[in-house]
Amino acid sequence: MASEKNTAVISVLGKDRTGIIAGVSKLLCDNNININDISQTILDDIFTMIMLVDLKDLIIEESDIKEQLDKLGEELGVTIAIQHTELFDRMHRI
Amino acid sequence: MITDFEILETMKMFNEQHLDIRTITMGISLMDCAASTVEESCNKIYDKICRYAGNLVATGEAISKKYGVPIIHKRISVTPISIVAAACGATDYTPFAKTLDKAAKACGVNFVGGFSALVQKGYTNADKNLIESIPEALASTEFVCSSVNLASTRTGINMDAVADMGRIIKKTAELTKDNDALGCAKLVVFANAPEDNPFMAGAFLGPGEPECVINVGISGPGVVKTALEAVRGQDLGTVAETIKKAAFKITRVGELVAREASQRLNVPFGIIDLSLAPTPAVGDSVARLLEEFGLAECGTWGTTAALAMLNDAVKKGGIMASSYVGGLSGAFIPVSEDEGMIAAAMSGSLKLEKLEAMTCVCSVGLDMIAVPGSTTAETISGIIADEMALGTFNNKTTAVRLIPVPGKDVGDMVEFGGLLGSAPIMAVNNASCADFIHRGGRIPAPIHSMRN
Repeated sequence: MASEKNTAVISVLGKDRTGIIAGVSKLLCDNNININDISQTILDDIFTMIMLVDLKDLIIEESDIKEQLDKLGEELGVTIAIQHTELFDRMHRI
Repeated sequence: MITDFEILETMKMFNEQHLDIRTITMGISLMDCAASTVEESCNKIYDKICRYAGNLVATGEAISKKYGVPIIHKRISVTPISIVAAACGATDYTPFAKTLDKAAKACGVNFVGGFSALVQKGYTNADKNLIESIPEALASTEFVCSSVNLASTRTGINMDAVADMGRIIKKTAELTKDNDALGCAKLVVFANAPEDNPFMAGAFLGPGEPECVINVGISGPGVVKTALEAVRGQDLGTVAETIKKAAFKITRVGELVAREASQRLNVPFGIIDLSLAPTPAVGDSVARLLEEFGLAECGTWGTTAALAMLNDAVKKGGIMASSYVGGLSGAFIPVSEDEGMIAAAMSGSLKLEKLEAMTCVCSVGLDMIAVPGSTTAETISGIIADEMALGTFNNKTTAVRLIPVPGKDVGDMVEFGGLLGSAPIMAVNNASCADFIHRGGRIPAPIHSMRN
């Protein structure tokens, strides 16, 4: 579906440890993905980080970005998901 | 700007509350596949399904990856085979079922629906052939689903067909007895069958539908239950409002996926079917959702009222979210596919008669209910007749998917596996209704059918 903007939400959930933000940021930088916004909190003892990223020309389903994030998530012991922002716009806005 | 709360709420819906797109179902018209021989017709059907649905699975997987939304099934529904096969000259339509099965395997889908006939007012010769072919067709295929529409509010109830289907269900059970009568899990009879339903076993592409169409079925009883947990003790107006909001969000996910699938496949978008369809997984149960209203166990007094409200509020929320809501849309109450229903049936709180009452206000009918193998064909027809009457006289869709398991009786369990789950054999009132069923003929359409 044609979208006005090609942005995605990357969410990281899991046990806090050093190097999570560094690891995710490096991976995104290596893929030429720009971070527009980042927030981090500890919710019910779970480390929660939400990033809003600009994918530019990258198409999630035609790239291996999801697989790269899955692998990094395994190494860091956290769950990392990438989802196109259109999903959230459609679900939460009339 | 989407807030962190909304993002986390969405993540929890998918990760913890089992929200998923249950099925992307591609409807394919087979009207142009009629031919004067079985072989020619089957070749046309196979080629056409593979041509249209060849990319269906890959497209579903790409959309799933883009949005991080689980898409459980990719399926196909086709024109009722009794219409397509009418010109072929043969009386055994099993080869058509085998062709559908082969095409489903080639496309990588896990079900194809449409080994069907619409006989609410009477039989064509082809309808009769199709119905007689159902047991063998379901016993000799893996992925084919069959449905028969026996009644409608406009036409009344075809009681000859009701009588026949009791016998056909028994025969299907007998032919698939080595698998606990699994064939019956792929066979459903309807009153007022929707022609755009994406859910199995009842999916087929009605004669008024386009050449090819994408219909999407979306589920999520866990999401609604979690939403209700936040308003415990509050009045029922608040409960209705909460269900509507959850249904709105769920339907929006479905519409996003449906529109994207439609665009990628270059096929028109038909409808979203928002049906709270349970699975045997804990946390994905309609029974547990009903219990969240304040009921100790599904099946106790108050269950029908809660289900009526749930079904209605789901539709209202869904309609706000998409202009094209269709199919069955509401709450399914299959017994074997719902962890809470299984528990309630085993404890004795949920009985067949209560389930029948619940079907007056749910979106479908008596679904995935195992009964003793000794239940007679006439008694099964009697159960069907009652259910058809509920649909016909109350202007709603009703259905029956009963499984009379050979060699098993009340107290036994049957395991169907996977999403079909497991079920305790439920007790049936066996007082004879045979003389009623053997009368045959048609129950006339109700007075409120005269609306023109």
